[in-house]
Amino acid sequence: MENTNLENSYAIEMLNITKRFPGIIANDNITLQLKKGEIHALLGENGAGKSTLMSVLFGLYQPEEGIIKKNGKEVKINNPNDANDLGIGMVHQHFKLVECFTVLDNIILGVEPNKMGFLQKSAARKKVLELSEHYGLKIDPDALIEDITVGMQQRTEILKMLYRDNEILIFDEPTAVLTPQEISELMQILKNLAKEGKSILFISHKLQEIMAVADRCSVLRKGKYIGTVNTKDTTMAELSSMMVGRDVNFHVEKKPATPGEDILKIENLTVASKVHNNNAVKNVSLNVRAGEIVCIAGIDGNGQTEFIHALSGLEPAVSGKITLCGEDISKASIRERSLKGMSHIPEDRHKHGLVLDYSLEDNLVLQRYFEPEFTDKLGFLKRDNIRTYAERLIDEYDVRSGQGASTITRSMSGGNQQKAIIAREIDKAPNLLIAVQPTRGLDVGAIEFIHKQLVAQRDAGKAVLLVSLELDEVMDVPDRILVMYEGEIVGELDPKTTTEEELGLYMAGAKRKEESE
Amino acid sequence: MLLLLQYTILFAAILTLVALGGCFSEHSGVINLGLEGIMVMGALGGALAMRFMSPNASAITIIVIVILASLAAGLIYSVLLAFACINLKADQTIIGTAMNMLGVAAATIIVKAINTASNPDDVSSNIEYGTQKKAFIVNINGFEFSWFMAIAVIALIAAYVVLYKTKFGLRLMACGEHPQAADSVGINVYLMRWAGVLISGVLGGLGGICYITAGVSEWKFECGVAGFGFLALAVMIFGQWKPTKIGLAALLFGLFRALSNVYAGIDFLKALNIPSGIYNMLPYLISLIVLAFTSGKSRAPKAEGIPYDKGTR
Amino acid sequence: MEKTKNIKNKNSDKSILQNEGFQALLASLICILLGMFIGYIVLLFINPRGAFGAILAVAKNFFAYSSASLKLKYLGNTLVKTAPLLMCSLSVLFAYKVGLFNIGVAGQYVVGTCACLYAALSLHWHWLPCMLLAMIAGALWGVISGLLKSYCNVNEVISGIMLNWIGLYLTNMILAGVKEEASPYTFSLKSKGQKALLPQMGLNKLFPGNTYIGIALILSIIIAVVIWVLLEKTKLGYELKATGYNKNAAKYAGMAEKRNVILTLAIGGALAGLAASFLFQTGFEQWSTSQSSVPAMGFNGIAAAFLGGLNPIGTIFAAYFIQHITNGGANVDLKIYCSQISDLISALIVYLCGFVGLMKYFLKKGLSKKGGTQ
Repeated sequence: MENTNLENSYAIEMLNITKRFPGIIANDNITLQLKKGEIHALLGENGAGKSTLMSVLFGLYQPEEGIIKKNGKEVKINNPNDANDLGIGMVHQHFKLVECFTVLDNIILGVEPNKMGFLQKSAARKKVLELSEHYGLKIDPDALIEDITVGMQQRTEILKMLYRDNEILIFDEPTAVLTPQEISELMQILKNLAKEGKSILFISHKLQEIMAVADRCSVLRKGKYIGTVNTKDTTMAELSSMMVGRDVNFHVEKKPATPGEDILKIENLTVASKVHNNNAVKNVSLNVRAGEIVCIAGIDGNGQTEFIHALSGLEPAVSGKITLCGEDISKASIRERSLKGMSHIPEDRHKHGLVLDYSLEDNLVLQRYFEPEFTDKLGFLKRDNIRTYAERLIDEYDVRSGQGASTITRSMSGGNQQKAIIAREIDKAPNLLIAVQPTRGLDVGAIEFIHKQLVAQRDAGKAVLLVSLELDEVMDVPDRILVMYEGEIVGELDPKTTTEEELGLYMAGAKRKEESE
Repeated sequence: MLLLLQYTILFAAILTLVALGGCFSEHSGVINLGLEGIMVMGALGGALAMRFMSPNASAITIIVIVILASLAAGLIYSVLLAFACINLKADQTIIGTAMNMLGVAAATIIVKAINTASNPDDVSSNIEYGTQKKAFIVNINGFEFSWFMAIAVIALIAAYVVLYKTKFGLRLMACGEHPQAADSVGINVYLMRWAGVLISGVLGGLGGICYITAGVSEWKFECGVAGFGFLALAVMIFGQWKPTKIGLAALLFGLFRALSNVYAGIDFLKALNIPSGIYNMLPYLISLIVLAFTSGKSRAPKAEGIPYDKGTR
Repeated sequence: MEKTKNIKNKNSDKSILQNEGFQALLASLICILLGMFIGYIVLLFINPRGAFGAILAVAKNFFAYSSASLKLKYLGNTLVKTAPLLMCSLSVLFAYKVGLFNIGVAGQYVVGTCACLYAALSLHWHWLPCMLLAMIAGALWGVISGLLKSYCNVNEVISGIMLNWIGLYLTNMILAGVKEEASPYTFSLKSKGQKALLPQMGLNKLFPGNTYIGIALILSIIIAVVIWVLLEKTKLGYELKATGYNKNAAKYAGMAEKRNVILTLAIGGALAGLAASFLFQTGFEQWSTSQSSVPAMGFNGIAAAFLGGLNPIGTIFAAYFIQHITNGGANVDLKIYCSQISDLISALIVYLCGFVGLMKYFLKKGLSKKGGTQ
């Protein structure tokens, strides 16, 4: 089968790579071949092994088995320096940028031009500006990373690779943080780079993007290699069943909403920012009614986090009024809000949602441990009741773990950790359920489960406020979409009638509702 | 008043040296709470060098050898922190505390053992270096200039240049802010952190010898350095981890520390009749107040105190 | 749904718990042995003559005495100082469980000393109010750190150290009013504060000739158990530990995390204040108002807390051990070494305790390997 002539046209080949971690085979005999000048997509769900494979290529991990070839010759990549010497560069999903450094310092970090150890920045600046012009990557070399937009941070990452004259460029989920318009801009950049002879590996789980930009696509599932196809010769349906292993219906099934009265009413809420002097949330007013799902859409960092923190009481608001079920809770403590029927599935389950070193049962009562059911009058915990309660939730929500209720939460998988949080928050029988990026980093099965739970809450007459960055989720799950841009609600859309393009214009701040509306 | 100025500058010099030590360590991502212990060890190294040198040696020889001895002692002692916290990922607070306890205990044992070995009845914990110490001092019209003042200024300038103008400084700070980013561009985070801690050992050791020679009498090793390592950390925080601001902060703290030494010589302060305990408390009290007002929006290196593990990225 | 999967197995839970306790014990023993061994090596370098004898003297403590009654008397003396040390280490432990490093325990102990001695010698109070005043003073000192931490973001380690020195100078100043004419020491309780002496509860019969041992020892052990119950069995313990593990999650769950930080340091401070009362109200020691360094009691408390595996019950034994070697330090041949050898060993033990996590990791790995091959 193997043709030696053909092999030479590959820029990079990863042959039969196997990488194991304790208790899990992250990559099981995976082969990936990248042709020169092509855009090659690597498709797979969260946890399919894409990131591990790329870390192997980048020298961050050493595979137990398999070899890597560059231009047909076997190479050994022991660390990122080796990868860099071979002309391999990578834009990580979470940018590897030092926030308090300038754009220029970040670009030259690791390959600093110097004389006797003293930095010589002027030549570097010239080269960066040339590259920036040549590829249409607009940046300000002297701006601090913490002050610039995500899009510019991504361009900084791309320039980092170009500055190092990398030939093979890896992009790990590069569109996750961008608006639809920024995404199409990035797609153009990728095509330009390929045209200039760069070979591009594009990691994604978004089928549309892959179909739009990639020449070929390799699919991974649960650590295994499924196959490689030409995007010209395939369909999204075929790719998705390769990725998930069964036919999936990404569309969320739900009946039309029958909204009741206002559960949550927010008037003129303003929240200060922690990073800059402006307000992060400006004069936001909205309402969520019983029996509907309202989604706040927007690019990451447009005030959603601050908005939710002020709503849940984690941070104080500057001004504004929050009413829950007719009661003013603007000044209420977190505990009071929770007791009044607010449940909150937090954005960061490790930072806020769980005490990772507590057992699963202790985490399941995190919002209720003080109730008479779990604490007696003298302040002692009722351990038996906690165990019984935890086992019921574990059962109902199918939370899987090694040692049942007494499992240390840290050792559980991300999906099951999230299920535990959802069980805890929904079982509290809230009037208002706030779900912030509830499906982040989860596989398709868990996503479906969570979406069903949200719809079930809606159908049970609860108010659901969803905050999402995922376009699919924004279009599919809610009954109303509110778009947040730079701390303001700039538009209200009906998911049944709007389009992704229209949504994108609002998210990018290019369009906003007229004042009269 | 001249005396006050002299002591202010001298104490500021000590604080500057040690605070810069803390600054290098923290910029690399390691919190160095063991600075007290490092100071004691540096002091021990320098004091021993003075004791075993002939008082007749030329001033410059004494200065060079004593400084080399104390910075070497500080450097070696800081290995305890670097190895434990960087390679073995031990808790930086526990290790730092242990080093402070260990420094005083070990130095006392060593000094006492040396004293009793030469004279079985001598159980004191001080080293005689009275004559040798004079090598560091130049009397200019009643102002006792100490070479340590010059060393501190040089260290301050050097720290500024190294941190902001060199490849090393850029890499060091990257390791303290975002070690994963540094690693991804091929910087050896462990190596840079070792460098940061060892530099703090050198500067802490220098600060230590400077501290004990600042006193009028010979230093009792049992006493340690009276929280000076922590005062230096307060100076560093107040100075927002920036060399220039650290220099200014050190002057302020140095002034209050100097007051407790010389208030009796200043007429109007003496007239106030404040008990000496108040003056002794002053530097600590001031640092507490200053910290209360400046710690709110801290610009500490983001990754400090978190052991770097190549596995978790 | 696989419901059977989630049914837990009580037996397997228990064996894991046993393992953890066993591992903690093993780790502590390793720390002790390694600490003494490294101490021995250090002594060998300083002066090989008598190094072994010195370590032996430290380890022997009262066993060095020949007669049984003397042994008992000096065991009693060790126990008299174990009680305050246990309080200090409980103070450190309690704060550590809530994610705080209470290095200020030494200062809280010092102001506790100030309070109880002043109340006893100047105001001639009864022992119980003296003890309560010491607790309040210690708690107050802890609260300052707590407030600074909660509202000003000041690291409790740095504020703790500053407060140690402020407390020391303050105490020296205040107690200078109740000191002996000719010496820097405060009056003895026997002469000026009889009422403040703690009752002996008949323990002097158990330790013949020991006029210091008494209620403090009994109380300290009871308090250790109470702290254990508080941390493991109560709602407050659940909240405090959650704050220690993840203060963001604690806040998210509606726990008053700022209040908890302050409360924790108040309790820690009260324990340290109690430690002072437990020592100085026995009349065992007098405070020297010319003291120029913070007493070692607080720092030894850190050693005992970590050596005890951060378990209140384990700490009882660890505190005894640390005090045992500290007292033993007084018995070394002063012609060759000094009593600070015991400080060296406790410092080494603290250093080694920094690696307990690593040790447990290797122990676990070793154990699971064994289990796998069987």
